Amino acid sequence: MLRALELRKDFAGLTVLYPTTIDFLPGEVHALMGENGAGKSTLMKILAGLYRPDGGQVEWREHHAEFTSPHDALVAGIAMIHQELMPIPDLTVAENITLGSEPCSAFGLIARTAQLARAQELLDELESEIDPTRMMRTLTVAQTQVVEVAKALGRQADVILMDEPTAALSDHEVAALFRAIARLKARGVAIVYTTHKMDEVFRLADRISVLRDGRLVGTAQAAELNPAKLITMMVGRELADVFPVRHPPSDDILLEASGLTREPAYRDISFQVRRGEVVALAGLMGAGRTEVVSAIFGLQPASEGQIRLKGTPLSIRNPQDALAAGIGMVTEDRKGLGLIPALGVGQNITLSALRDYGRGPLINHPAEAAASRTQMSEFSVKANSPSQPIAQLSGGNQQKALLARCLLGGPDLIILDEPTRGIDIGAKAEIYALIQKLARAGKGILLVSSELPEVLSLAHRIVVLRRGSVSATLDAASADQETVLRHAMPL
Amino acid sequence: MLTLDRNLLHRFGLLLVILFVGLALSLLTDTFLSVANFTNVARQISINGILAVGVTFVLLTAGVDLSLGSVVALSGVACATFAHPGDHSVFVPIAVGLLTGAACGLVNGVLVTRGGVAPFIVTLGMMTIARGLALIVSGGRPVADMSNELTALAGDFLGVPIPVLCFAGVAFAAWFFLRNFRLGRHIYAVGGNENAARAAGVPVEKVKLFAYGLCGLLTGLAGVVLAARITTGQPNAGQAYELDAIAAVVIGGTSLAGGVGTITGTLLGVLLIGVINNGLDLMGVSSYYQAVIKGVIIVGAVWLDRRQARS
Repeated sequence: MLRALELRKDFAGLTVLYPTTIDFLPGEVHALMGENGAGKSTLMKILAGLYRPDGGQVEWREHHAEFTSPHDALVAGIAMIHQELMPIPDLTVAENITLGSEPCSAFGLIARTAQLARAQELLDELESEIDPTRMMRTLTVAQTQVVEVAKALGRQADVILMDEPTAALSDHEVAALFRAIARLKARGVAIVYTTHKMDEVFRLADRISVLRDGRLVGTAQAAELNPAKLITMMVGRELADVFPVRHPPSDDILLEASGLTREPAYRDISFQVRRGEVVALAGLMGAGRTEVVSAIFGLQPASEGQIRLKGTPLSIRNPQDALAAGIGMVTEDRKGLGLIPALGVGQNITLSALRDYGRGPLINHPAEAAASRTQMSEFSVKANSPSQPIAQLSGGNQQKALLARCLLGGPDLIILDEPTRGIDIGAKAEIYALIQKLARAGKGILLVSSELPEVLSLAHRIVVLRRGSVSATLDAASADQETVLRHAMPL
Repeated sequence: MLTLDRNLLHRFGLLLVILFVGLALSLLTDTFLSVANFTNVARQISINGILAVGVTFVLLTAGVDLSLGSVVALSGVACATFAHPGDHSVFVPIAVGLLTGAACGLVNGVLVTRGGVAPFIVTLGMMTIARGLALIVSGGRPVADMSNELTALAGDFLGVPIPVLCFAGVAFAAWFFLRNFRLGRHIYAVGGNENAARAAGVPVEKVKLFAYGLCGLLTGLAGVVLAARITTGQPNAGQAYELDAIAAVVIGGTSLAGGVGTITGTLLGVLLIGVINNGLDLMGVSSYYQAVIKGVIIVGAVWLDRRQARS
């Protein structure tokens, strides 16, 4: 019914989806599986008309379909439930559910009674008790997600794309959603489904396609697979030669975090990082990894718990405190929390350590320019000149510039949150080598990564988080991907 | 390099527009092209110029200050109140005027940073508060009877009007500051991406407080200069001055979204608005039409610039 034919997508010169062909059949639940960044969401967004493909085409009922907007796809009969929820907070639940398909009376006025009835009907289908007259703003995340599902059901679509629809749902709500999916299947609707929860895949899916690094690994009947086989398909790859050799850490404890808590994101998080050691925080999206490292860097301080650096207890209220204490961080959100887009590469690099390149309140321009040139060549940042705006660089070069900024001040502890997300394999290898070099120089590294091979090959120890708590601390030398995933997956 | 080129291109383009307008006015009137008129233009633009330089700092942090005109009036009234002949040394009324402006700016800054209220709302409130205070302090009447020492501020020094010297000094200091001070770089960083600046260890709140405070201080200066020129503290002075100042800054290429802009651009914007005002006066265009024409030119200039930026 719906066919992705050789679909390809590039972002800023980097291919995130290589030509991929998958058929989606009516009355079938088709699960798309893969690690974060494997290309699942990209593929779905092309099918839903949100992205234009850079190659290949979408075939809809055996005809070439050119969706230029989500509206086109909706009219054709393809609806999507997005991973990032997109509610309009100041409208009611009913208005959100019927948004864009409001029942109208003569003169184009909205028929309020019909609107409420329609919303109630859809909520009933999901066995939800949300009052359709409530304001969207007052709902919990889980309830918001239920409303998003109801909205998609209300489109009377022939294909529904569901991008992690259960991420925020309770077991009871998941069960209701699954019953609704079963009814949709019986009506011949095609469901495309992504999730990180293994048990869901095998309860729901008829067929499973696995993506890895933007490439289709394979499509199989769910009955032919089991969780172990599936995980191997998702993560199995040879990256041995990309990863440099690890050196043993010292016994000198650099960072000691104990009892870090900020409900509801995480609680009672304790771990240590030694000099020369790479410690990875592993876990699924939403497990609290970014929140924990953000607390250590002062972006969002913990409400309880203690952080000691070199034995000294620290009170870190903001990034300035962290930088002054010798903690540096490269954030996961490069655009939002990293780049100053209009400033030059050089000015971006020197931003945190500008005090070292001047006298009093003044900037010493020659010294600053020398420092940024040195950093640019040391980190092989490719740019025309230090004054080229950083927004014009590729993702990999931007990331290397941000690493250069973080390291210019000479921090002892370096926090790297998803340092290789969205950059090509060459730049990844450079960053891997840099991490080991820093460890060898006696720095402590706290690494957050969703890529398991990266975690296993770079880290000395792995702290696994599950729903905001430490579920295991593993020695990387004896751990494997299955073990980490088993501790990371909510059961 | 591209942005650099664009900035140069922008300023070069703006300079061409100013020269074109100047050429047209030289042909259309026989009074435009004269030393006396140029001195006159310089004198007329100096108050808007001082305000525009100050508000450039605020706009660079992605903020806005709508209270300029009212704070000009309040500072002028405060200055005049202390400027009666024989009361105080001339430095007292000047200091009172500057500090009044700076205080208003700091209140704006504190409400924006600590209070988390949008700059538009904060400064809109200050706009009516400062106007009200000016009327209260003066009892609604112009504060006259100013000492000659103070009104001499509107006179000449070595043949150059002192307001023009003030404007030139302020502009040079601002240019030097934004270019060579760490705090200047921080202003661009905060306006370019506030969250990223904070994560890079930039003291975002202090930077914004400084920008609003400095803008207030320069507004106070403009108030003192205006009071000296009209030899009274006028509680109704400075109506809509903020609009000319912000227009000049935006014409000069500063982004209302923050993080992009230069003092040289602001100077050219001030000059363009000044030349247009002067030309329309010389041609005897009625002030009703002047307002319409100026509005069209402001929107047109920015529209052309943005269209060029997109292509």
